[in-house]
Amino acid sequence: MIEIRDVHKSFGQLEVVKGVSMSVAKGEVVSVIGGSGSGKSTLLMCINGLEPIQKGNIHVDGIDVHARGTDLNKLRRRIGIVFQQWNAFPHLSVIENVMLAPRKVLGLKRSEAEAIAEQRLKHVGLGEKLKVYPSQLSGGQQQRMAIARALAMSPDYMLFDEVTSALDPQLVGEVLETMRMLSSEGMTMIVVTHEIAFAREVSNRVAFFHSGRIREIGPPEQVIGSPQQAETITFLQSVL
Amino acid sequence: MFQYTFHWRPILNALPDMLSGAWVTIQIAVLSMLIGTIAGVLLALARQSSNKILSGFATAWVEGARNTPALFQVYMVYFGLGSLGIHLDSYPSLLIGIAFNNAGYLAETFRGGLRAVPPTQMRAARSLGMSAPKAFVYVVLPQMFRIVFHPMTNQMVWAVLMTSLGVVVGLNTDLTGITQELNVKTFRTFEYFAAAAVIYYLISKVITLTARLIAWRVFRY
Repeated sequence: MIEIRDVHKSFGQLEVVKGVSMSVAKGEVVSVIGGSGSGKSTLLMCINGLEPIQKGNIHVDGIDVHARGTDLNKLRRRIGIVFQQWNAFPHLSVIENVMLAPRKVLGLKRSEAEAIAEQRLKHVGLGEKLKVYPSQLSGGQQQRMAIARALAMSPDYMLFDEVTSALDPQLVGEVLETMRMLSSEGMTMIVVTHEIAFAREVSNRVAFFHSGRIREIGPPEQVIGSPQQAETITFLQSVL
Repeated sequence: MFQYTFHWRPILNALPDMLSGAWVTIQIAVLSMLIGTIAGVLLALARQSSNKILSGFATAWVEGARNTPALFQVYMVYFGLGSLGIHLDSYPSLLIGIAFNNAGYLAETFRGGLRAVPPTQMRAARSLGMSAPKAFVYVVLPQMFRIVFHPMTNQMVWAVLMTSLGVVVGLNTDLTGITQELNVKTFRTFEYFAAAAVIYYLISKVITLTARLIAWRVFRY
Protein backbone atom coordinates (compact mmCIF):
# COMPACT_ATOMS: atom_id res chain seq x y z
CA MET A 1 0.00 0.00 0.00
CA ILE A 2 1.27 3.44 -0.93
CA GLU A 3 -0.03 6.28 1.22
CA ILE A 4 0.67 9.85 0.22
CA ARG A 5 -0.27 12.47 2.79
CA ASP A 6 -0.26 16.21 2.17
CA VAL A 7 2.96 16.14 0.15
CA HIS A 8 4.56 19.43 -0.81
CA LYS A 9 7.51 19.54 -3.16
CA SER A 10 9.43 22.58 -4.35
CA PHE A 11 12.32 23.14 -6.70
CA GLY A 12 13.92 26.21 -5.14
CA GLN A 13 11.19 28.83 -4.91
CA LEU A 14 8.88 27.01 -7.26
CA GLU A 15 6.36 24.79 -5.56
CA VAL A 16 5.24 22.09 -7.99
CA VAL A 17 3.35 19.74 -5.68
CA LYS A 18 1.07 21.64 -3.31
CA GLY A 19 -0.41 19.26 -0.83
CA VAL A 20 -1.30 15.99 -2.48
CA SER A 21 -2.91 13.10 -0.63
CA MET A 22 -3.89 9.79 -2.11
CA SER A 23 -3.42 6.12 -1.48
CA VAL A 24 -2.93 3.15 -3.74
CA ALA A 25 -3.93 -0.28 -2.51
CA LYS A 26 -2.23 -3.53 -3.42
CA GLY A 27 -3.25 -4.69 -6.87
CA GLU A 28 -4.72 -1.35 -7.82
CA VAL A 29 -3.91 0.56 -10.99
CA VAL A 30 -4.13 4.31 -10.57
CA SER A 31 -3.59 6.61 -13.53
CA VAL A 32 -2.53 10.19 -13.06
CA ILE A 33 -3.51 12.59 -15.80
CA GLY A 34 -3.15 16.34 -16.17
CA GLY A 35 -1.35 19.04 -18.11
CA SER A 36 2.40 19.49 -18.36
CA GLY A 37 3.89 21.01 -15.24
CA SER A 38 1.00 19.95 -13.06
CA GLY A 39 3.39 18.07 -10.76
CA LYS A 40 2.36 14.53 -11.61
CA SER A 41 5.79 13.28 -12.72
CA THR A 42 7.45 14.98 -9.78
CA LEU A 43 5.15 13.16 -7.40
CA LEU A 44 6.28 9.82 -8.86
CA MET A 45 9.94 10.71 -8.21
CA CYS A 46 9.01 11.45 -4.61
CA ILE A 47 7.38 8.05 -4.09
CA ASN A 48 10.65 6.15 -4.41
CA GLY A 49 12.71 8.94 -2.86
CA LEU A 50 14.51 10.05 -6.01
CA GLU A 51 13.32 13.53 -5.06
CA PRO A 52 13.11 14.82 -1.49
CA ILE A 53 9.91 16.46 -0.29
CA GLN A 54 9.45 19.57 1.82
CA LYS A 55 6.30 18.69 3.72
CA GLY A 56 3.99 15.75 4.33
CA ASN A 57 4.96 12.11 4.10
CA ILE A 58 4.80 9.06 1.90
CA HIS A 59 4.52 5.55 3.30
CA VAL A 60 5.15 2.42 1.27
CA ASP A 61 3.93 -0.63 3.16
CA GLY A 62 4.26 1.37 6.33
CA ILE A 63 7.82 2.54 5.64
CA ASP A 64 8.21 6.31 5.72
CA VAL A 65 10.10 6.99 2.47
CA HIS A 66 11.48 10.37 3.48
CA ALA A 67 12.26 9.66 7.12
CA ARG A 68 15.87 9.85 8.19
CA GLY A 69 17.38 6.42 8.39
CA THR A 70 15.12 4.84 5.77
CA ASP A 71 17.23 2.58 3.56
CA LEU A 72 16.17 3.94 0.18
CA ASN A 73 18.30 1.46 -1.75
CA LYS A 74 16.45 -1.36 -0.06
CA LEU A 75 13.07 0.28 -0.54
CA ARG A 76 13.69 0.92 -4.24
CA ARG A 77 14.14 -2.80 -4.89
CA ARG A 78 10.43 -3.10 -4.33
CA ILE A 79 9.37 -0.07 -6.36
CA GLY A 80 10.15 -0.28 -10.04
CA ILE A 81 10.05 2.88 -12.11
CA VAL A 82 10.08 3.42 -15.85
CA PHE A 83 10.98 6.82 -17.23
CA GLN A 84 9.78 8.83 -20.17
CA GLN A 85 13.28 8.74 -21.66
CA TRP A 86 13.70 4.98 -21.09
CA ASN A 87 17.33 5.53 -19.89
CA ALA A 88 18.79 2.31 -21.24
CA PHE A 89 22.40 1.75 -20.19
CA PRO A 90 24.03 2.16 -23.61
CA HIS A 91 27.24 0.31 -22.75
CA LEU A 92 25.46 -2.91 -21.82
CA SER A 93 23.63 -5.36 -24.04
CA VAL A 94 19.90 -5.82 -23.52
CA ILE A 95 20.28 -8.82 -21.22
CA GLU A 96 23.12 -7.15 -19.30
CA ASN A 97 20.91 -4.09 -18.79
CA VAL A 98 18.35 -6.30 -17.11
CA MET A 99 20.90 -8.41 -15.21
CA LEU A 100 22.84 -5.54 -13.70
CA ALA A 101 20.65 -4.73 -10.71
CA PRO A 102 19.88 -8.35 -9.77
CA ARG A 103 23.60 -9.05 -9.77
CA LYS A 104 24.94 -5.92 -8.10
CA VAL A 105 22.02 -5.15 -5.79
CA LEU A 106 20.63 -8.58 -4.94
CA GLY A 107 24.01 -10.30 -5.30
CA LEU A 108 22.69 -13.05 -7.56
CA LYS A 109 25.08 -15.31 -9.44
CA ARG A 110 25.55 -14.63 -13.12
CA SER A 111 23.54 -17.69 -14.16
CA GLU A 112 20.67 -16.84 -11.81
CA ALA A 113 20.51 -13.24 -12.98
CA GLU A 114 20.68 -14.40 -16.56
CA ALA A 115 17.73 -16.73 -16.08
CA ILE A 116 15.63 -13.96 -14.53
CA ALA A 117 16.61 -11.45 -17.19
CA GLU A 118 15.83 -13.84 -20.00
CA GLN A 119 12.44 -14.65 -18.51
CA ARG A 120 11.52 -10.97 -18.06
CA LEU A 121 12.70 -10.03 -21.53
CA LYS A 122 10.70 -12.85 -23.10
CA HIS A 123 7.74 -11.65 -21.08
CA VAL A 124 7.90 -8.20 -22.70
CA GLY A 125 8.52 -9.74 -26.13
CA LEU A 126 12.25 -9.14 -26.43
CA GLY A 127 13.39 -12.77 -26.28
CA GLU A 128 15.10 -12.40 -29.65
CA LYS A 129 17.08 -9.31 -28.69
CA LEU A 130 19.08 -10.51 -25.68
CA LYS A 131 22.59 -9.88 -27.04
CA VAL A 132 21.80 -6.70 -28.91
CA TYR A 133 22.82 -3.23 -27.69
CA PRO A 134 20.08 -0.69 -26.86
CA SER A 135 21.17 1.59 -29.70
CA GLN A 136 20.04 -1.12 -32.11
CA LEU A 137 16.52 -1.16 -30.66
CA SER A 138 13.56 1.02 -31.53
CA GLY A 139 12.24 3.41 -28.90
CA GLY A 140 9.37 1.08 -28.13
CA GLN A 141 11.71 -1.87 -27.69
CA GLN A 142 14.01 0.17 -25.46
CA GLN A 143 11.05 1.15 -23.36
CA ARG A 144 9.94 -2.46 -23.03
CA MET A 145 13.51 -3.35 -22.06
CA ALA A 146 13.32 -0.67 -19.37
CA ILE A 147 10.12 -2.29 -18.10
CA ALA A 148 11.84 -5.70 -18.04
CA ARG A 149 14.79 -4.14 -16.21
CA ALA A 150 12.50 -2.83 -13.49
CA LEU A 151 10.59 -6.14 -13.34
CA ALA A 152 13.83 -8.08 -12.87
CA MET A 153 13.95 -6.85 -9.28
CA SER A 154 10.53 -8.47 -8.72
CA PRO A 155 9.03 -5.22 -7.43
CA ASP A 156 5.73 -4.98 -5.58
CA TYR A 157 4.94 -1.66 -7.22
CA MET A 158 5.55 -0.21 -10.65
CA LEU A 159 5.62 3.49 -11.40
CA PHE A 160 5.31 4.66 -15.01
CA ASP A 161 6.33 8.20 -15.86
CA GLU A 162 4.78 9.14 -19.21
CA VAL A 163 6.45 6.13 -20.72
CA THR A 164 4.91 6.61 -24.16
CA SER A 165 5.34 10.38 -24.47
CA ALA A 166 8.72 10.22 -26.19
CA LEU A 167 7.76 7.45 -28.60
CA ASP A 168 6.76 7.59 -32.22
CA PRO A 169 2.99 7.10 -32.45
CA GLN A 170 3.26 3.67 -34.09
CA LEU A 171 5.42 2.40 -31.20
CA VAL A 172 3.05 3.48 -28.42
CA GLY A 173 0.79 0.44 -28.83
CA GLU A 174 3.41 -2.20 -28.00
CA VAL A 175 4.39 -0.44 -24.76
CA LEU A 176 0.77 0.01 -23.69
CA GLU A 177 0.19 -3.65 -24.49
CA THR A 178 3.02 -4.61 -22.11
CA MET A 179 1.54 -2.44 -19.37
CA ARG A 180 -1.90 -3.87 -19.97
CA MET A 181 -0.43 -7.33 -19.49
CA LEU A 182 1.17 -6.29 -16.20
CA SER A 183 -2.07 -4.87 -14.87
CA SER A 184 -3.89 -8.04 -15.80
CA GLU A 185 -1.30 -9.97 -13.78
CA GLY A 186 -2.28 -7.93 -10.74
CA MET A 187 0.71 -5.60 -10.56
CA THR A 188 0.14 -2.52 -8.43
CA MET A 189 0.78 0.42 -10.71
CA ILE A 190 0.78 4.19 -10.72
CA VAL A 191 0.70 5.37 -14.30
CA VAL A 192 1.36 8.98 -15.17
CA THR A 193 0.10 9.25 -18.72
CA HIS A 194 -1.34 11.33 -21.50
CA GLU A 195 -3.02 8.26 -23.01
CA ILE A 196 -6.52 8.98 -21.77
CA ALA A 197 -8.12 6.01 -23.50
CA PHE A 198 -5.55 3.70 -21.95
CA ALA A 199 -6.07 5.23 -18.51
CA ARG A 200 -9.77 4.73 -18.83
CA GLU A 201 -9.34 1.12 -19.86
CA VAL A 202 -6.83 -0.22 -17.32
CA SER A 203 -7.25 1.97 -14.26
CA ASN A 204 -9.22 1.26 -11.12
CA ARG A 205 -9.01 4.95 -10.39
CA VAL A 206 -7.92 8.07 -12.21
CA ALA A 207 -6.50 11.19 -10.57
CA PHE A 208 -6.61 14.49 -12.39
CA PHE A 209 -3.75 16.84 -11.43
CA HIS A 210 -3.98 20.56 -11.88
CA SER A 211 -1.31 23.05 -10.74
CA GLY A 212 0.17 20.79 -8.11
CA ARG A 213 -3.06 19.49 -6.64
CA ILE A 214 -5.45 16.62 -7.23
CA ARG A 215 -8.63 18.18 -8.59
CA GLU A 216 -10.57 15.04 -9.10
CA ILE A 217 -10.00 11.41 -8.25
CA GLY A 218 -12.24 8.41 -8.70
CA PRO A 219 -13.17 5.56 -11.05
CA PRO A 220 -12.38 6.30 -14.70
CA GLU A 221 -16.00 6.36 -15.75
CA GLN A 222 -16.50 9.17 -13.25
CA VAL A 223 -13.34 11.28 -13.77
CA ILE A 224 -13.00 10.73 -17.51
CA GLY A 225 -16.62 9.78 -18.29
CA SER A 226 -18.42 12.52 -16.42
CA PRO A 227 -15.94 14.98 -14.90
CA GLN A 228 -17.31 17.42 -12.36
CA GLN A 229 -14.59 20.09 -12.19
CA ALA A 230 -14.24 22.82 -14.79
CA GLU A 231 -10.45 22.21 -15.13
CA THR A 232 -10.96 18.49 -15.73
CA ILE A 233 -13.53 19.18 -18.43
CA THR A 234 -11.26 21.72 -20.13
CA PHE A 235 -8.28 19.36 -19.95
CA LEU A 236 -10.17 16.39 -21.32
CA GLN A 237 -11.62 18.45 -24.13
CA SER A 238 -8.11 19.57 -25.10
CA VAL A 239 -6.65 16.07 -25.23
CA LEU A 240 -9.47 13.91 -26.47
CA MET B 1 78.74 21.18 -45.98
CA PHE B 2 77.41 17.88 -44.60
CA GLN B 3 80.71 16.28 -43.69
CA TYR B 4 79.31 14.17 -40.87
CA THR B 5 79.70 10.45 -41.35
CA PHE B 6 76.82 8.57 -39.79
CA HIS B 7 78.07 5.41 -38.07
CA TRP B 8 75.63 2.52 -37.96
CA ARG B 9 77.82 0.09 -36.01
CA PRO B 10 77.59 1.82 -32.62
CA ILE B 11 73.81 1.85 -32.94
CA LEU B 12 73.68 -1.85 -33.74
CA ASN B 13 75.99 -2.62 -30.84
CA ALA B 14 73.95 -0.52 -28.47
CA LEU B 15 70.54 -1.73 -29.68
CA PRO B 16 70.07 -4.53 -27.10
CA ASP B 17 70.81 -2.11 -24.25
CA MET B 18 68.54 0.54 -25.74
CA LEU B 19 65.70 -1.92 -26.16
CA SER B 20 65.96 -3.03 -22.55
CA GLY B 21 65.87 0.69 -21.69
CA ALA B 22 62.77 1.03 -23.84
CA TRP B 23 61.15 -1.71 -21.75
CA VAL B 24 61.82 0.27 -18.56
CA THR B 25 60.38 3.34 -20.28
CA ILE B 26 57.21 1.46 -21.14
CA GLN B 27 56.95 0.11 -17.60
CA ILE B 28 57.16 3.57 -16.06
CA ALA B 29 54.66 4.97 -18.56
CA VAL B 30 52.13 2.20 -17.97
CA LEU B 31 52.46 2.35 -14.19
CA SER B 32 52.20 6.13 -14.20
CA MET B 33 49.04 5.88 -16.29
CA LEU B 34 47.46 3.32 -13.97
CA ILE B 35 48.19 5.46 -10.93
CA GLY B 36 47.24 8.61 -12.85
CA THR B 37 43.91 7.16 -13.96
CA ILE B 38 42.87 6.07 -10.48
CA ALA B 39 44.05 9.34 -8.94
CA GLY B 40 42.46 11.26 -11.81
CA VAL B 41 39.01 9.73 -11.20
CA LEU B 42 39.30 10.48 -7.49
CA LEU B 43 40.44 14.04 -8.21
CA ALA B 44 37.58 14.61 -10.65
CA LEU B 45 35.15 13.47 -7.96
CA ALA B 46 36.92 15.44 -5.24
CA ARG B 47 36.68 18.63 -7.28
CA GLN B 48 32.90 18.29 -7.34
CA SER B 49 32.78 17.57 -3.63
CA SER B 50 31.03 19.99 -1.31
CA ASN B 51 33.84 19.41 1.20
CA LYS B 52 36.01 22.55 0.82
CA ILE B 53 39.22 20.89 1.96
CA LEU B 54 38.76 18.01 -0.46
CA SER B 55 37.87 20.17 -3.45
CA GLY B 56 40.63 22.66 -2.56
CA PHE B 57 43.21 19.89 -2.43
CA ALA B 58 42.07 18.51 -5.78
CA THR B 59 42.03 21.94 -7.40
CA ALA B 60 45.57 22.67 -6.15
CA TRP B 61 46.81 19.35 -7.55
CA VAL B 62 45.17 19.88 -10.94
CA GLU B 63 46.34 23.49 -11.21
CA GLY B 64 49.89 22.59 -10.20
CA ALA B 65 50.13 19.62 -12.53
CA ARG B 66 48.79 21.50 -15.54
CA ASN B 67 50.45 24.85 -15.13
CA THR B 68 54.04 24.04 -14.21
CA PRO B 69 56.68 22.26 -16.31
CA ALA B 70 56.68 18.48 -15.93
CA LEU B 71 60.43 18.77 -15.41
CA PHE B 72 59.88 20.82 -12.26
CA GLN B 73 57.33 18.31 -11.01
CA VAL B 74 59.88 15.50 -11.28
CA TYR B 75 62.49 17.75 -9.63
CA MET B 76 60.11 18.47 -6.78
CA VAL B 77 59.63 14.79 -6.05
CA TYR B 78 63.36 14.00 -6.17
CA PHE B 79 65.00 17.12 -4.71
CA GLY B 80 62.02 18.84 -3.12
CA LEU B 81 60.98 15.84 -1.03
CA GLY B 82 64.67 15.13 -0.53
CA SER B 83 65.20 18.44 1.22
CA LEU B 84 62.24 17.56 3.46
CA GLY B 85 64.08 14.41 4.45
CA ILE B 86 62.15 12.02 2.17
CA HIS B 87 64.76 10.52 -0.10
CA LEU B 88 63.42 8.58 -3.06
CA ASP B 89 65.41 6.81 -5.76
CA SER B 90 65.38 8.04 -9.32
CA TYR B 91 62.88 5.46 -10.55
CA PRO B 92 60.14 6.10 -7.96
CA SER B 93 60.73 9.84 -8.19
CA LEU B 94 60.18 9.84 -11.92
CA LEU B 95 57.19 7.52 -11.61
CA ILE B 96 55.53 9.70 -8.96
CA GLY B 97 56.32 12.88 -10.89
CA ILE B 98 54.74 11.63 -14.09
CA ALA B 99 51.81 10.03 -12.27
CA PHE B 100 51.20 13.40 -10.59
CA ASN B 101 51.21 15.10 -13.97
CA ASN B 102 48.99 12.45 -15.58
CA ALA B 103 46.49 12.61 -12.73
CA GLY B 104 46.20 16.40 -13.07
CA TYR B 105 45.52 16.30 -16.79
CA LEU B 106 43.30 13.24 -16.63
CA ALA B 107 41.24 14.72 -13.79
CA GLU B 108 40.16 17.54 -16.08
CA THR B 109 39.50 15.14 -18.94
CA PHE B 110 37.42 12.95 -16.64
CA ARG B 111 35.50 15.90 -15.28
CA GLY B 112 34.40 16.77 -18.79
CA GLY B 113 33.66 13.11 -19.51
CA LEU B 114 31.51 12.76 -16.42
CA ARG B 115 29.49 15.79 -17.43
CA ALA B 116 28.83 14.22 -20.79
CA VAL B 117 27.13 11.20 -19.19
CA PRO B 118 23.45 12.19 -18.80
CA PRO B 119 22.44 12.53 -15.12
CA THR B 120 19.40 10.40 -15.93
CA GLN B 121 21.74 7.40 -16.13
CA MET B 122 22.63 7.81 -12.48
CA ARG B 123 18.97 8.30 -11.65
CA ALA B 124 17.94 5.14 -13.52
CA ALA B 125 20.62 3.12 -11.75
CA ARG B 126 19.62 4.49 -8.35
CA SER B 127 15.97 3.74 -9.07
CA LEU B 128 16.91 0.06 -9.34
CA GLY B 129 18.21 0.12 -5.79
CA MET B 130 21.89 0.59 -6.58
CA SER B 131 23.89 2.64 -4.11
CA ALA B 132 25.54 5.80 -5.45
CA PRO B 133 29.05 4.24 -5.55
CA LYS B 134 27.75 1.13 -7.34
CA ALA B 135 25.81 3.20 -9.82
CA PHE B 136 28.93 5.27 -10.46
CA VAL B 137 31.19 2.26 -10.96
CA TYR B 138 28.87 0.12 -13.09
CA VAL B 139 26.86 2.68 -15.02
CA VAL B 140 28.57 6.09 -15.13
CA LEU B 141 32.27 5.17 -15.19
CA PRO B 142 32.19 2.75 -18.15
CA GLN B 143 30.38 5.36 -20.23
CA MET B 144 32.86 8.04 -19.17
CA PHE B 145 35.82 5.90 -20.21
CA ARG B 146 34.44 5.61 -23.68
CA ILE B 147 34.04 9.36 -23.96
CA VAL B 148 37.57 10.09 -22.72
CA PHE B 149 39.30 7.17 -24.40
CA HIS B 150 41.10 9.16 -27.08
CA PRO B 151 42.31 11.95 -24.78
CA MET B 152 43.60 9.16 -22.51
CA THR B 153 45.54 7.71 -25.41
CA ASN B 154 47.18 11.09 -25.93
CA GLN B 155 48.07 11.22 -22.27
CA MET B 156 49.60 7.76 -22.51
CA VAL B 157 51.84 8.93 -25.35
CA TRP B 158 52.75 11.98 -23.29
CA ALA B 159 53.62 9.72 -20.37
CA VAL B 160 56.06 7.78 -22.54
CA LEU B 161 57.74 10.95 -23.75
CA MET B 162 57.85 12.44 -20.25
CA THR B 163 59.82 9.46 -18.97
CA SER B 164 62.82 11.00 -20.74
CA LEU B 165 62.88 13.49 -17.85
CA GLY B 166 64.27 10.71 -15.67
CA VAL B 167 67.72 11.64 -16.88
CA VAL B 168 67.63 14.84 -14.81
CA VAL B 169 67.19 12.87 -11.59
CA GLY B 170 69.88 10.38 -12.44
CA LEU B 171 67.81 7.55 -13.92
CA ASN B 172 70.13 5.51 -16.13
CA THR B 173 68.05 2.44 -16.89
CA ASP B 174 65.35 3.87 -19.15
CA LEU B 175 65.79 4.61 -22.85
CA THR B 176 66.98 8.18 -22.40
CA GLY B 177 69.20 7.27 -19.45
CA ILE B 178 70.91 4.49 -21.37
CA THR B 179 71.26 6.66 -24.45
CA GLN B 180 72.84 9.39 -22.37
CA GLU B 181 75.32 6.96 -20.81
CA LEU B 182 76.33 5.65 -24.22
CA ASN B 183 76.70 9.23 -25.38
CA VAL B 184 79.08 10.32 -22.64
CA LYS B 185 81.19 7.23 -23.22
CA THR B 186 81.52 7.54 -26.98
CA PHE B 187 80.24 10.98 -28.03
CA ARG B 188 78.29 9.50 -30.93
CA THR B 189 75.50 11.86 -29.87
CA PHE B 190 73.67 12.08 -33.16
CA GLU B 191 73.60 8.33 -33.78
CA TYR B 192 72.38 7.39 -30.33
CA PHE B 193 69.75 10.06 -29.94
CA ALA B 194 68.48 9.53 -33.47
CA ALA B 195 68.10 5.84 -32.70
CA ALA B 196 66.40 6.60 -29.38
CA ALA B 197 64.04 9.04 -31.14
CA VAL B 198 63.03 6.32 -33.59
CA ILE B 199 62.35 3.93 -30.71
CA TYR B 200 60.22 6.56 -28.89
CA TYR B 201 58.37 7.18 -32.13
CA LEU B 202 57.68 3.48 -32.59
CA ILE B 203 56.49 3.06 -29.00
CA SER B 204 54.11 6.00 -29.42
CA LYS B 205 52.79 4.62 -32.69
CA VAL B 206 52.23 1.19 -31.19
CA ILE B 207 50.27 2.79 -28.33
CA THR B 208 48.04 4.72 -30.70
CA LEU B 209 47.38 1.67 -32.85
CA THR B 210 46.78 -0.59 -29.86
CA ALA B 211 44.35 1.96 -28.47
CA ARG B 212 42.45 1.95 -31.73
CA LEU B 213 42.29 -1.83 -31.61
CA ILE B 214 41.05 -1.80 -28.02
CA ALA B 215 38.42 0.80 -28.84
CA TRP B 216 37.20 -1.26 -31.77
CA ARG B 217 37.05 -4.41 -29.64
CA VAL B 218 35.58 -2.97 -26.43
CA PHE B 219 33.22 -0.21 -27.54
CA ARG B 220 30.74 -2.32 -29.42
CA TYR B 221 27.80 -0.11 -28.75
